[in-house]
Amino acid sequence: MNPDLQGRVLPPSPPYLVGREKVREFARATGSTSPLSLDPEAARAAGHADVVAPPTFPVVVQEGALAQLLAEPDAGIDFSLVVHGDQRFSYSRPVVAGDELTPTLTVTSVKQLGGNSMVTAATEMVDQAGEHVVTATSTLVVRGDS
Amino acid sequence: MRAPEVGAVVAERTVPLDRGSLVRYAGASGDFNPIHYRDDVAAGVGLPGVLAHGMLTMGVAVQPVVDWLESIAEPGQAPGWVTDYQVRFTRPVVVHPEDGAELTIVATLAQVDEDGLAGRVDLTVSSEGRTVLGKAQVRVAFA
Repeated sequence: MNPDLQGRVLPPSPPYLVGREKVREFARATGSTSPLSLDPEAARAAGHADVVAPPTFPVVVQEGALAQLLAEPDAGIDFSLVVHGDQRFSYSRPVVAGDELTPTLTVTSVKQLGGNSMVTAATEMVDQAGEHVVTATSTLVVRGDS
Repeated sequence: MRAPEVGAVVAERTVPLDRGSLVRYAGASGDFNPIHYRDDVAAGVGLPGVLAHGMLTMGVAVQPVVDWLESIAEPGQAPGWVTDYQVRFTRPVVVHPEDGAELTIVATLAQVDEDGLAGRVDLTVSSEGRTVLGKAQVRVAFA
């Protein structure tokens, strides 16, 4: 992996429109029975504009940004050797259907550890008003890449 | 809201996963890596079998906390929510073609802020008696 990746900020990906049915599909796929994620009326009663995305939903948006990183011509990351090491979501507010999230990925760290490489990428997502909603941080381990 | 007690187990759940769970999650998340649905591909890269997506395990493991926050909300009040959630993927979860797999989740209230408005819940997530997530921590706001 190219150590010069550290500190790189990728151009923002196109905005991702959070859809109500996508939120419900994701909620069901992760075993959620929360009325706030499944029922727009329940979400509105709790003060939200629409259904509330489950805590790990932003991975759907992060996926595109990470694909953009792996496709960087000088990244030197072999996708078939990549293992997900750790993951974090840090919220300013919950994600709800109707949000348009614009993700910007920054490579925050590149390390070598015991014959493997580790790259940490923070994907910051802002809404239509430019306000921070959530940052998804992912560490990818590239096996046997030293 | 009922005052939660630090150190208490606030939620516990066992969740079965089968190959259908993996296909459903692949579609919902957009992660179509074939190691999560094809035995031949998994074997070809040296894995012990088809694996659950780490992000599926992470997503399933936090639901008991979401449900707990909803259960302790006062009637008419908006429930608390997850403000920060992190895990380390320490062991893959093999999902057998016939028998599937089981995730066991234990959520413990680890800390409450002095003002009582937020806290941390720690998750222990295991499959076949072995821990599969490390440092699984959920920051919650109670309202």
